[in-house]
Amino acid sequence: MKDKIAEKLFLFIAFSAILSLLLITFFIFQQGIPLITKIGLGNFFSTTWSPTKGQFGILSMIIGSLMVTTGALVVGVPFGLACAIFLAEFSSKAVQNTLKPILELLAGIPSVVYGFIGIVILVPFIRQNFGGPGFSVLAASIILGIMILPTIVSISYDSLLSVPNTYREGSYAVGATKWQTVTMLLLPAARSGIVAGIILGMGRAIGETMAVIMIAGNALKIPGSILDSVRTLTSTIALELGYAAGDHRAALFACGAFLFFIIIILNIIAIRVTGRK
Amino acid sequence: MILETAQLNLYYGKFQALKNVNLKVKENIITGIIGPSGCGKSTLLRVFNRMNDLIKNVRITGSVMVDKDDIHSPMCDLTMLRKKVGMVFQRPNAFPLSIYDNVAYGPRVWGITDRKTLDEIVQRSLRAVDLFDSLNDNLKSPALDLSAEKQQRLCIARLLAVEPEILLMDEPCSALDPISTAKIEELMIELKKKYTIIIVTHNMQQAARIADDVGFMLLGELIEFDKAKKIFTNPRDTRTSDYISGRYG
Repeated sequence: MKDKIAEKLFLFIAFSAILSLLLITFFIFQQGIPLITKIGLGNFFSTTWSPTKGQFGILSMIIGSLMVTTGALVVGVPFGLACAIFLAEFSSKAVQNTLKPILELLAGIPSVVYGFIGIVILVPFIRQNFGGPGFSVLAASIILGIMILPTIVSISYDSLLSVPNTYREGSYAVGATKWQTVTMLLLPAARSGIVAGIILGMGRAIGETMAVIMIAGNALKIPGSILDSVRTLTSTIALELGYAAGDHRAALFACGAFLFFIIIILNIIAIRVTGRK
Repeated sequence: MILETAQLNLYYGKFQALKNVNLKVKENIITGIIGPSGCGKSTLLRVFNRMNDLIKNVRITGSVMVDKDDIHSPMCDLTMLRKKVGMVFQRPNAFPLSIYDNVAYGPRVWGITDRKTLDEIVQRSLRAVDLFDSLNDNLKSPALDLSAEKQQRLCIARLLAVEPEILLMDEPCSALDPISTAKIEELMIELKKKYTIIIVTHNMQQAARIADDVGFMLLGELIEFDKAKKIFTNPRDTRTSDYISGRYG
């Protein structure tokens, strides 16, 4: 009897998580989609965002989000992969047991702290050494690149570790060096996990808000270079939702719906990639 | 002698896994090493291509000469040694790549990038293990889709592609059914024309079927080493005869 009650209780709790996801999805789309149909897809994906004049084009923000996300990957993937390879293949157990928790700690730092470090150190550094306002695609890319490191490192590390040792032995047995074994065999063998890690990191970079608001500059235009200031979809929602009303508010929800859509697609790709062996 | 050990001792930390092993392997024959589990036969095999380097706390004394060169001397190039002394493992460890890329792996490691040369090597190696014709040119399909026996053949082809002199086989048939085992044994007899084969097996009948010389190991010692016929019909040591007659093992 007690077991039955406990079972039902846990079932309910488990489903409530799924239920809240469904509710969020429903709410965002229900709030946002009517506006898109009202102004039309062409308008929604135009470059003019001028809520007071009833213009809700999000293209420059999409490009902004794309640029900082790509930048984050350019920074995060090489470092993350190098770190995972070092941890999994070249370091001793003691080093792994020290470095891995520290890296995971990196994931626990609040994003506002990343933003703060960006403002205090990175933004002035870029302004003085490369020109421009400092609040830029470059600054946001570097900070986001660091923020997605834990995701990329831990997933790539796990998938490298899951490559059976017999493969390594087989590779050494034809005279391969350790480095050749990593590049020619282990990386291809662990590819699906690594790609999934990168995609999840990408999802994290697209969705990140606070750190980006603080250091990207938030100018509403398509940036001409990586030293220009930029505004992302998430920044727009966070910056404007406080005072938006009517169509403006609906337009922000539409931004959210679009983001949600992208994140879901990325996650589906990640699951597909890992599922296929 | 293509391979020779003298007073070979190996320790895992404090545990002595090999005791004073003196073994002489002749060229172009099959040398079988038999003995019960844990007798050190796999450990001995893994000395010959220095696979034990991967394990921590291993200490080796004595000498191992391959082609008259001491493999533990600082002059010895480890990757060259492993190219010369290839190894086939207990479970087929075909890589999760295409069949072609599996065979081309070794040559690529050794810097061959020319497509035509690689094609030739792959074809020659697959023919040498009687795999080429049954594949019907499906060289691009995943190696892991092959049967266990064919995967083991592929692993042998992968070694042959780097033109070794000695093939070490660590219970290469233990994951295979009897029919596949017979086929791999046939292949080994064919291969000994060109290569020197050292096979570790706890299957005495297998050693009797294919080996020319046989060594019997027990608790890290090489108890007896002789012609296969001699070992199986008229062993000198009572421990050997007890093992062969199945009194323990």
